[in-house]
Amino acid sequence: MAKLEKSEQLSQKQQLDLKNKILVRKLLWLLLGSLLFAFALVPIYDVLCEMTGLNGKTNNTAAVLTKAKVDETRWVTVQFTTNVMPGLGWNFYPKQSSIKMHPGQIETVIFIAKNTTNQVVVGRAIPSITPGIAAANLKKIECFCFINQALKPGEEKEMPLRFFVSPELPKDVSDMTLSYAFFPSVDGVKE
Amino acid sequence: MSTTTVAHHDEHAEHPTGIMRWLTTTNHKDIGTMYLTFSLIMFFVGGAMILGIRAELFQPGLQLINPEFFNQLIGVHALIMIFAALMPAATGFANWMIPLQIGAPDMALPRLNNWGFWLLPPSAILLTLPFTLAMFGIGDGALATGWTFYPPLSVQGGIGVDFAIFAVHLLGVSSVLGSINIIVTLFNMRAPGMTLMKMPLFAWGWLITAFLLVATIPVLAGAVTMLLTDRHFGTHFFDAAGGGDPVMFQHLFWFFGHPEVYILLLPVWGFIPQILETFSRKPMYGYKAQVYSFWAIGGLSVVVWAHHFFTSGMPVPALLYFMYSTMAISLPLAVMFFCWIKTMWKGSMSFETPMLFTVGWIILFGIGGLTGLVLADVAADAQYHNSYFVVAHFHYTLFAGGIMGIMAGVYFWLPKMTGHMYNEKLGKVHFWLTAISFNLTFIPQFFLGLAGMPRRIPDYALQFAEFNMISSIAAFVLGFSQLLFVYNIVTCIKGGKKATDQVWEGAQGLEWTLPSPPPYHSFTEQPTVK
Repeated sequence: MAKLEKSEQLSQKQQLDLKNKILVRKLLWLLLGSLLFAFALVPIYDVLCEMTGLNGKTNNTAAVLTKAKVDETRWVTVQFTTNVMPGLGWNFYPKQSSIKMHPGQIETVIFIAKNTTNQVVVGRAIPSITPGIAAANLKKIECFCFINQALKPGEEKEMPLRFFVSPELPKDVSDMTLSYAFFPSVDGVKE
Repeated sequence: MSTTTVAHHDEHAEHPTGIMRWLTTTNHKDIGTMYLTFSLIMFFVGGAMILGIRAELFQPGLQLINPEFFNQLIGVHALIMIFAALMPAATGFANWMIPLQIGAPDMALPRLNNWGFWLLPPSAILLTLPFTLAMFGIGDGALATGWTFYPPLSVQGGIGVDFAIFAVHLLGVSSVLGSINIIVTLFNMRAPGMTLMKMPLFAWGWLITAFLLVATIPVLAGAVTMLLTDRHFGTHFFDAAGGGDPVMFQHLFWFFGHPEVYILLLPVWGFIPQILETFSRKPMYGYKAQVYSFWAIGGLSVVVWAHHFFTSGMPVPALLYFMYSTMAISLPLAVMFFCWIKTMWKGSMSFETPMLFTVGWIILFGIGGLTGLVLADVAADAQYHNSYFVVAHFHYTLFAGGIMGIMAGVYFWLPKMTGHMYNEKLGKVHFWLTAISFNLTFIPQFFLGLAGMPRRIPDYALQFAEFNMISSIAAFVLGFSQLLFVYNIVTCIKGGKKATDQVWEGAQGLEWTLPSPPPYHSFTEQPTVK
């Protein structure tokens, strides 16, 4: 009788162990799933940003010059700000702080960069646009930010940006800010 | 009679003695005790750090500590209070009380449980070691980015960031192990007859917390791992120069960070109604409503993260979505507030220390919740973001809502755990000192924030001097009155009036049917719940 009771208990304990093991395995799958999800968020974020202009990223390639009609009924003011990131010994500023233009009108703005160090430095400008919702409407035809820029010691260089604002600009946007942050180039080579 | 035999038998319970007992134990009560002790120690470590901050902020200008060290103290204070004080305290209660409350002999995975605890001390050492290393000229101290690790600062920071990243990895593994253990225990080890909807509310709070932890801690671990590879292995997840985006880190971090708030609070929301029903001497009101509210808050908590960085830039529709979803959290929370108050309504209430802490908790946590609604407003947040208003808000939710709640739990269960009554008079003095000095510390910070004082800055404009002085003095009173708490706990462990099995007149639940203290091995025969 006592022996029977014991074996019954043992099998109950084994049953519980088995049940526990199955549940632990399921929870570990959940854990793995959320870890994968964390890394999947990186591409998901990029896609979302491209769709919504969430982070003000702009297309960093030359826009095809369409014969966009200039919308002379509207004005849009584009302001320019610049930053030089740590590790890059440059001065960098726009020649004019803002420009008032019609959507569709092509303009050129000059930025000036000067290498204040005594060696060749390669940098890369990263643009960002506020408000993000208008980011896709700023079309660059030619930009120094498309490629790495190298400056010799003490060299000063004029860097042109040729762009227009697409007439599809949302109706309530009348002001945009284009910000350039000049980083030390990641790969360090002149293109 | 039978209970005394059990208690007597327990004196001879077989386990190693001395340090080996604690290193090798798989007993849920021992592990719970270790968690709670560790949490109490780290509470004082984190508290000492913030007193350093408050001493510096006593007067405008830089007097005592340099700005770099100031930043390190702020970040490590937060990490220690969240991961090494609050979370282990909740896990400690879970280990002690969940098996007793659901009538299980122990946790489901006892050895995993031991491992989960012993990962904590090394991670606490990892967090604080850079301070010591800096004294010997190695590195430049602990992480100075604030607890949120925002890049690019955290990519540029010194070795303190690496130490903190590995500490977060270890803490993450520890809490995930603890969570898996709790989920398995709650699903598989309940006493016969105890359905899920008959579980004590504390068990329910922990069940949701555990699921949130398993789902979100890996995201934090992933984010800090990306940070690590950005720092040392040439990736560019958060580096704009390489095509990454620093704002993405904020999304990843707060995808974990916001549920974390509820991870800290859900266990407290669990046992607060149990304390209320005990000292109101009537059954809790709206058990089901509270369980459903837990689910609602658990679900909402993972879809509102971006309200922590409204000012980082987002399209207006996204801002509106995150504003409204954040505000929606106040609905289930309001249901819970209603249930708490209705539980007390027309009850035959008495105000022993746990009840004092609980009633104070409801009021103070309410202030924390309401100021959260102010911050959830996108238009208002633009002004209050990163101001002292935010600091005061989250201390109302996490010090009052978290730590004072935990203190209520400590006073509530201490007689059960030790078998002795604590010093009631001292407990009440502790409550009043804590409640008053807490308010005097943080109410001025609301005003400072409204007036525009930014957080995480060691110096401030002269106009903020008086409020900072009040806040600093009160913070020191608050800090030192916690010594009463320790004294009360220690004397209660050593001796005192014998506690009865039920301890409190109105106490309900399986844990109160056991002797105080419960035998080393309890519920080896599972009770049946009707």
